[in-house]
Amino acid sequence: MDPKPLWLLAELTYRCPLQCPYCSNPLEFAGPRFKRELSTEEWCRVFRDAKALGVLQLGLSGGEPTLRSDLEELVRTAHELGLYSSLITSAYRLTRDRLAALRQAGLDHVQISIQGADAELSDEIAGTASYRDKIAAYHYTRELGFPLTVNVVLHRRNLHQVEALIRLAESLGAERIELANTQFYGWAFHNRDALMPTKAQLEAAWAVVQRERQRLVGRLEIVWVLPDYHEQFPKPCMGGWGRAYMTVTPAGEVWPCHAAGRITTLRFESVRERPLEWIWHESEAFNRFRGESWMPEPCRSCPRKEMDYGGCRCQAFLVAGDAGVTDPVCSLSPRRHLIDATVAQVERGAAAQATPEQWTYRAAPASRALAAKG
Amino acid sequence: MSPASAAAVPRVAPKARLQWDDVRNRHVLLYPEGLVILNHTGAEILGVCDGVRSLAEIVATLEQRYGASGLEPDVCALLDGLAAKGLVLYGP
Repeated sequence: MDPKPLWLLAELTYRCPLQCPYCSNPLEFAGPRFKRELSTEEWCRVFRDAKALGVLQLGLSGGEPTLRSDLEELVRTAHELGLYSSLITSAYRLTRDRLAALRQAGLDHVQISIQGADAELSDEIAGTASYRDKIAAYHYTRELGFPLTVNVVLHRRNLHQVEALIRLAESLGAERIELANTQFYGWAFHNRDALMPTKAQLEAAWAVVQRERQRLVGRLEIVWVLPDYHEQFPKPCMGGWGRAYMTVTPAGEVWPCHAAGRITTLRFESVRERPLEWIWHESEAFNRFRGESWMPEPCRSCPRKEMDYGGCRCQAFLVAGDAGVTDPVCSLSPRRHLIDATVAQVERGAAAQATPEQWTYRAAPASRALAAKG
Repeated sequence: MSPASAAAVPRVAPKARLQWDDVRNRHVLLYPEGLVILNHTGAEILGVCDGVRSLAEIVATLEQRYGASGLEPDVCALLDGLAAKGLVLYGP
């Protein structure tokens, strides 16, 4: 087997002016493991090596990637290599001049997050007043001729706004809106009890999505990322471990997905110490769950393994404490009761009209405190 | 998407980019959050979609190039499929 990667997610920095409680970055992002960011030259080498391995799609993310003052140079290098580049940004303080410079450098696509359909809720969830900057940046993006994706992470506090969010994306002339139900990793896992929606909320939002898809066919693509705790079968996470995708963290560790660094039973290599090609093909972390030979039952004899690859390794580790078991989201998993208990607790709380849990905002002091606790 | 008329002029949408990938030795069509790895025929068809030739002219060009006939269904199937994803636009 000789898989060639197609996707590279470059997490350029974990610094971020926003504090979203569902952030997928590691809880200990402010700790020493992620401190020393790669230089411009190191990132350019990563891009060259990734392209030589087969990567065609580059996500420039973070944290907030526009905090890197060398972003234009990184984009230029990516463009010269023939990578299709997407900027994944909060748009906080993003100016028209900066976007124009990025366009000039060869950036292909802009994806701007929004946390709610109005300033009050969006700014509350982000923990930082940013709604106005986002709306301005959406307009600059379209004026400059970029394809635009509006990205929203959905959870208990904003699922009721799905229709307003779709209308907003429509009015902005976006190509796509990504309605991503919260996946529970990183800060989202830490804040799971505060973010988990009820089944009724999800059903109402899904009905809106189906209706709006019909109305907007050919004009606005509406992507709905499934809330997997409420599904019967797991997602085909990353299209399979080490098959098409890799993430490089700000300090150069290479992960099979942006959440994998949390799996403490794997050893992750850095582009500072090893060639990217060796990490992709030879490293223990990329090979451990590649293919099917690692699979236990019920995956091993299940025909669905061709479709879902056993689900998500990070979820197995976070929920069941073992990255090598079937994703506990799967209804065939002997550990599904762990997921059911979490979902049932949310339903009970909603039925009793209890005040939902408070979340912890993603911020450096909280990160250091959590890192110190272990 | 309704099938295009013979006079329609197909072109690759601005958000998409057709390029050669020397790792896979294939043409690829790249677009926001996705890509299509094209086979030889697909790449040949998109390669003549220059925003000037009409669908009828594209079919004629390809039929002449390969000394073949009856290519229209294949050409339309590919272009309509990409048009449904917004990756090919039909102009007047």
